[in-house]
Amino acid sequence: MILVWLLIVLIVGGLAALAAGSWSANASRWVSILTFLIGLAIGLYLWVTHADAVTVAQTGGWIVRFKVPWIPRFGIDFQLGLDGLSLMLIMLSLFLGLVSVITSWSEIREQVGFFHFNLVWTLAGTLGVFMALDLFLFFAFWEAMLVPMYFLIALWGHENRRYAANKFFLFTFGSGLLMLVAIIALATIHFADTGTLTFDYFALLGTKMSATAAAFTMLGFFLAFAVKLPAVPFHTWLPDAHTEAPTAGSVILAGVLLKTGAYGLYRFAVPLFPEAAMNFAPIAMTLAVISILYGGIVAFGQSDLKRLVAYTSVSHLGFVLLAVYASNVLALQGGVLVMMAHGITTGALFMLVGALQERTHTREMSRMGGLWPHLPRMAGIGMFFAIAALGLPGLSNFVGELMSLLGTFRASMGFASAAALGLIVAVIYSLYWMQRVFQGPTGTQIEVAGLSDFGARELGTMAAMVIITIWIGVYPQPIIDILDPALTGMRETITVTMMSEG
Amino acid sequence: MTNTLPVLESLVLAAVLFALGLICVLVRRNIVFMLMGLEIMLNAAGLAFIAAGARWGSADGQVMFIFILTLAAAEVSVGLALILQMFQRFKTVDVDVLRRMEG
Amino acid sequence: MLHLLWLVPLLPLLGFTTLVLLQRVLSRTATAIVGVGSVGLSCALALAIASNFLLAPPMGGAFTQTLWTWMQVGDFAPSISLRFDALSLVMMLVITVVGFFIHLYSAEFMAADRSYLRFFAYMNLFVASMLVLVLAGDLLFLFLGWEGVGLCSYLLIAFWHEDPHNCVCGRKAFIVTRIGDVGFLIALLLIFTELGSLDIHTLMQHASAQWPVGSPVAIATAVLLLAGALGKSAQVPLQTWLPEAMAGPTPVSALIHAATMVTAGMYLIARTHTLFELAPPVLLAVAIIGVLTLLISGFSALAQNDIKRILAYSTISQIGYMFLALGVGAWAAAIFHFLTHAFFKALLFLSAGVVIQALDEEHDIHRMGGLRTRLPAAFWSYLIGSASLAAVPLITAGFYSKDLIIASVWSSPLGGPWLWAGAVLGAFLTSVYIFRSVFIAFFGEPRTLVGQRPRARALIALTVLSIGALVIGFLEIPDIFGGGVHVLSEFLQQTLPRSAARPEPARVEWLLELVTVCISIAGIYLAYRLFLRRKPEAEALASTEDANLLRRFWGSGFGFDWVYYRVLVGPYEWFARVNRRDVLDVFYNTLAAISRMLYGMLRQTQTGNLRWYMGVLAAGGVVLVAIVVLT
Repeated sequence: MILVWLLIVLIVGGLAALAAGSWSANASRWVSILTFLIGLAIGLYLWVTHADAVTVAQTGGWIVRFKVPWIPRFGIDFQLGLDGLSLMLIMLSLFLGLVSVITSWSEIREQVGFFHFNLVWTLAGTLGVFMALDLFLFFAFWEAMLVPMYFLIALWGHENRRYAANKFFLFTFGSGLLMLVAIIALATIHFADTGTLTFDYFALLGTKMSATAAAFTMLGFFLAFAVKLPAVPFHTWLPDAHTEAPTAGSVILAGVLLKTGAYGLYRFAVPLFPEAAMNFAPIAMTLAVISILYGGIVAFGQSDLKRLVAYTSVSHLGFVLLAVYASNVLALQGGVLVMMAHGITTGALFMLVGALQERTHTREMSRMGGLWPHLPRMAGIGMFFAIAALGLPGLSNFVGELMSLLGTFRASMGFASAAALGLIVAVIYSLYWMQRVFQGPTGTQIEVAGLSDFGARELGTMAAMVIITIWIGVYPQPIIDILDPALTGMRETITVTMMSEG
Repeated sequence: MTNTLPVLESLVLAAVLFALGLICVLVRRNIVFMLMGLEIMLNAAGLAFIAAGARWGSADGQVMFIFILTLAAAEVSVGLALILQMFQRFKTVDVDVLRRMEG
Repeated sequence: MLHLLWLVPLLPLLGFTTLVLLQRVLSRTATAIVGVGSVGLSCALALAIASNFLLAPPMGGAFTQTLWTWMQVGDFAPSISLRFDALSLVMMLVITVVGFFIHLYSAEFMAADRSYLRFFAYMNLFVASMLVLVLAGDLLFLFLGWEGVGLCSYLLIAFWHEDPHNCVCGRKAFIVTRIGDVGFLIALLLIFTELGSLDIHTLMQHASAQWPVGSPVAIATAVLLLAGALGKSAQVPLQTWLPEAMAGPTPVSALIHAATMVTAGMYLIARTHTLFELAPPVLLAVAIIGVLTLLISGFSALAQNDIKRILAYSTISQIGYMFLALGVGAWAAAIFHFLTHAFFKALLFLSAGVVIQALDEEHDIHRMGGLRTRLPAAFWSYLIGSASLAAVPLITAGFYSKDLIIASVWSSPLGGPWLWAGAVLGAFLTSVYIFRSVFIAFFGEPRTLVGQRPRARALIALTVLSIGALVIGFLEIPDIFGGGVHVLSEFLQQTLPRSAARPEPARVEWLLELVTVCISIAGIYLAYRLFLRRKPEAEALASTEDANLLRRFWGSGFGFDWVYYRVLVGPYEWFARVNRRDVLDVFYNTLAAISRMLYGMLRQTQTGNLRWYMGVLAAGGVVLVAIVVLT
């Protein structure tokens, strides 16, 4: 029931933020903050009470589950479940939600109430995605989170927002339809096999089907998730959406929405069709390596700072795709850690870019340059997250990337070695943008006299993100421990299914 | 009793009525007449249903006719209301003039 | 006492944290106290721990301290652990002692700089990372230090970031070393996958138990580790970043790009020597790379005019000697040369820094001249450093270490006359190029006004390093000079294997010794003739067409940069530039364009003509009925 409460808190919180917005802008902001804080408190409570991995392991990794019939005629339940993987992603989402409210404090001045309503509801949808264990319900949440996100981009975005918002919607909605077809196909095959129509995740695990059917159904899921992740060549919506979205939108997109794609791969695309997924692994891993390298190289070529950061997401999430298809516990752990690290560091970078844009009124790097002496705090923090993003040991990204590479190396030396080249690419683009923005002679195109550095509110948020980045970098064990039963269970499901079929 | 209604003739009549209605819709420019043409077509269809229902001894045909009757009534009332509105606004009932609405 | 080891790297790290967090509060004096003091404390503690280690050696010659498990997933459990043995002791002492004096010097050298605090913050972070590198007991933790020093190197090269050129140099350093680091990282993956552990001690035991000598996996591991070492230590073919790294402040060049960080590659090979011994072909490659590097950079140094670039190429070349020593299995000789090199090269850089600052940022030796009388402190320390670098016999430290390497190359079963000849030629080149700079910069006519002179803190540092550059060599004296001293190599035997040397008859040994002595003196004499005595003739010779070409070729570092730019950098930038708008988007945009075109076409049918719609509808109905009827 606590899971339902989590959703209710967000849904009600969103409505309250909308209502408060008509009264005063700050009230709406505080209501949203309160909402996320309550959510975080619930998440933290679940984490602390279930930090002991042993008790969780007895329930197959599931911390809490909830199930009531929804549309019994079609075997659809309202079924939610939470394991370590969901919990970590939910914590990340709520934290980034909090961050985005703070970051849009001075940026968003129009329709503040409606803005926060959309923000909170996007996260409500995402939380649903992370918890749904009924495929139909999952699909419903999957589509539900798009709509408020669409509004966030289309209403509060920058110059080219309509194009970006439509592109975002078409890509994700179109691929979502493929997934719907795949879900229905899977349920139908299951019905033909057993005579019961159900969308229950657990019932559908291990559905017997022919190799061709499995391959096509898996592909439907894979495409939906690969677009969301995004993997090259389905990534082109991302730079546009990121660039045009308001800062909070970019933070949520990068930090949370992309993770739903990765989560889908973890939860559905591989466990539901283990054999088909393993046959598909070489292709998926090739795409992953291409994403890592191609994303990094294209990022280097950008002149718009926000676009550059957007392309780095493609590069980073390539490691997740790699990890999912390497499919051993080490790689899976690494993948989740990459997600967490990427959520924090990229979120921070988007915040930084947003702050820069607010102050200099441009995202073009050719117009910036030499801002270090004028914005020393921003420069220092920018440097910190730039080097975190390039995978410096002791900071969060390295831990995740190392573990996914190590896991991948066991599965395939070639892919792991090729992916390791991504570390070079990351250095190139990170140092490049640092130089073009903060180093070098001060540009003449920007009025530097009136630039204000980070204030206390932004500095506090950044400090929290810096601490989390270092914490994951030097002692990720609490996260690993809570993830372990979930990922081990997932791995066992795959093995068991493959054994029974093979 | 069963064969009192000549099916073939009824259907031919329905077809003729339908064609007349269609022609009325196609050639008339006055929207009121077009509406009347539509009514004729609807009734032709209703006649065909009656005939077929009588032929197969089924009540479904008559049920459908009731539906069509209701539909026609609704259509006429909405249609006439729209026409009145259009006439008030554009001072014409000529559809070719009204095409600037780009419907 | 030993259990306080963790404090040694922590103290500079605390210094860094303090500086960063309190940057608004600290005055310049306070900054210097924190910056220099943290390294000083660390140095004092290191000395105390070292003496403790020497007086009461722990069991097995090593002390291990596990702080916490970094992460644990199944059997993958790298730990944050320290391992203290003879090798790390030497490294730690050099880093803290030389580091401390360079910090002291910087407190004065950087006094006028705007970003005084930022400088010390970076320097402290560097010392902390470097100490982690040499003290780490786990290969992954070592990698943390390894990348950390790379980062600090970048930050400090690009320290004066207002000049974009400095940033480019810093970036180049980071990227080139990162290329090697990827090799290192893949080696880590391979080692863990094959041996199941990243703890250095454990993995070396497993390796020698599981891998036969010369097995492919051992060779692959050694090659990958070597790639990392080559990048960090600026050896051929990844040497191109070091000359550019001179864009940083001079104390940085002294500490990072001469004394400590660039020798990390050598340290890595020495640390994982078991793996290299399992791969003899790779060990030979190390030796050959060493010789190639020392020759290439020796020639390049001859053609430089920038005093710091001369020293940079000389650093590359001296590390080449260390690699040569490693390659022939003379582990102790490599460490010994590292030790002496740290002192005399730091000394050279610091005295060059004094000169540069005195002449108002003048780097060109041809615009110096006659500084012997006007900057005596700088002259004497530069002279001592040069003498040590050129291996002036008997009185300098460089002589003993270089002599040991050259002798080992001859006598080792892995060495041979060819490698020996290369090493001797390199020694000759070293004398020529370094005394070229001495004669041109410090003798002859004065050409520039002398401004600021060194004061107390700089003078202390110069004196201490000068003494070091002279006396450190007495740790290790060859047998033929009356008995011989082998303090260092005996101490290092606890950790590193003794070098396998053929015993030579005393006559051959004397002959070899004579060759080394003569070659060094001959080099100095040649430099004296060419650059002081017979300057006009030498200049006439140098200005011929061929000589000019040769000089340009040498001066550009044998064209490595040119090739890399054409083959790697250029195409990369070209691809990124032409693909700025992402070619893959073309597909989706085409899709969008097609649907927009279809929309345009269908739009034509929406005329608003009601009767036209009706007609089409009726026609459609007719067609449908016709299809049903006719089929």
